Amino acid sequence: MSTTLLAGPHKDLAAAGQLGRRRKRTDSLMFWLAMAATVVGLLFLLSILVTLFWRGLEAMSLTVFTDVTRPPGSGGGLLNAIVGSLIQTMIGAAIGTPIGLLVGTYLSEYSAGSKLGDAVRFVSDILLSAPSILIGLFIYQLLVLPFGGFSGFAGSMALAVIVIPIVVRTTEDMLTLIPTALREAAVALGAPKWKMIVLVCYPAVRSGLITGALLAVARIAGETAPLLFTSLGNLTWSIDMTKPMGSLPVTIYTYAGSPYADWIALGWTGALLITLGVLAINIIARVVLRQRS
Amino acid sequence: MNEATTSQAEPITGPTLETRPEIAATQAKIAIRNLDFFYGDNRALKSINLDFPERQVTGMIGPSGCGKSTLLRCLNRMYDLYPGQRATGEAMMEGINIVDPKVDLNALRSRIGMVFQKPTPFPMTIYENIAFGVKLHEKLTKAQMDERVEWSLSRAALWDEVKDRLASPASGLSGGQQQRLCIARSIAVRPEVILFDEPTSALDPISTLKVEELIDELKQDFTIAIVTHNMQQAARCADRVAFFYLGEMVEVGTAAQMFTAPRELRTQQYITGRFS
Repeated sequence: MSTTLLAGPHKDLAAAGQLGRRRKRTDSLMFWLAMAATVVGLLFLLSILVTLFWRGLEAMSLTVFTDVTRPPGSGGGLLNAIVGSLIQTMIGAAIGTPIGLLVGTYLSEYSAGSKLGDAVRFVSDILLSAPSILIGLFIYQLLVLPFGGFSGFAGSMALAVIVIPIVVRTTEDMLTLIPTALREAAVALGAPKWKMIVLVCYPAVRSGLITGALLAVARIAGETAPLLFTSLGNLTWSIDMTKPMGSLPVTIYTYAGSPYADWIALGWTGALLITLGVLAINIIARVVLRQRS
Repeated sequence: MNEATTSQAEPITGPTLETRPEIAATQAKIAIRNLDFFYGDNRALKSINLDFPERQVTGMIGPSGCGKSTLLRCLNRMYDLYPGQRATGEAMMEGINIVDPKVDLNALRSRIGMVFQKPTPFPMTIYENIAFGVKLHEKLTKAQMDERVEWSLSRAALWDEVKDRLASPASGLSGGQQQRLCIARSIAVRPEVILFDEPTSALDPISTLKVEELIDELKQDFTIAIVTHNMQQAARCADRVAFFYLGEMVEVGTAAQMFTAPRELRTQQYITGRFS
């Protein structure tokens, strides 16, 4: 009897070996498929970045930052576009972030399964993935036509509308992560609900909230469509919010679609600037997140 | 009344004031009468009658889901945070019915504090953690606040360990220290009653011992109610113990009497480990 028992494992070993080899092959195949997909994805990303840097650096110089846009053949820079982008992005974020924060707070702290809360969340998620050109058209109807003209203010409002659902989502997600025990501990000391939220909940997720706001800024920095129908673009120097205002994305759109070589080169430079700006914001967001946690 | 009955005809009531002369003699800080608690339509507490004598530790024991934590959380109206939860009946503290909807909750919670199972330091410095509760109810100068912080941390047996780092984040403390911080935080508002909801179940044995010693000291100044899963802890810490089962209070008595000669069969079965 012992001999049959001993004989058993030997036979199994051979079969096990075959099974093992097949499993190893499948393992290997999956690994290389994943690697190939990664390489393809990275290739696209790298080729975009390389092209951006190669073409963008061509016309990069100090003039880009010190001179406004000029007609083709007269040199010029992108100063008004850069400043216009900065102004509209900052104002858009400044308007949109507090609204998004309060709505996110409502959804997390006050709505608790109510129908209104569900509806608000649903609408916010739709708005999050709405084509930004629709938002531009909406603001066009609201703030451009009645006031008789394109304006930097309308552009900022369009960007604010894009910021709101992003901040709502990140705020709600962050606040729901807070353990109930922490909330109850604050309330048990006699804190009214709003103080619990402002003095305990917000600080508890401060880095997450900041990251959400920064990511929203990074998103609107590169939006073109909503600005086309609201601030229109301006190839002269203007920081008047009631008049059409230039911005980097719209200027790139204008330049890149033109037949002039120097404008096209500047368009690439503008694209590179946006990319670097968004990259910087993302890095800052990560650093902030890591520092706090 | 002493048989283990399942109610169908009439609601089960625990021993009443008239039938327990030993309780009537002691001043009851909180007197609960006919308290019912509902999670939606589910009646989780059934006609509870219980006294919490002043400056004594009242322990509440019972198997999981028996309602002891629910009752504790009624006393500082934690259920107000959650729609669908409500209580009816009376929980009288110095003429005020705690479960009356018209009670000022913030004032109530400054008189009845709570320490939870999980240590919950706020995302602030140690000093700010203690000052948080105080600032909600009182306006103190910096010197007065410093004094209050030191007093609270000393009473919670934490002062020596943290006096040099009051400005460091509270999250840097160990689990046992964090729980003592939470106790200090509750003491700082100078409540009259402190509720402990399984305060040591998340702690190691040494920290548990420290907290139990603390409770023993605190009862000189505060009325204490403690919910615990650990019968030995109830035997060590509590002056009086109430046994709960399936939403009813089955029996209450002195700790000595409950653990050596309980009157009710169910109490005896629980204490001897027949069920948990």
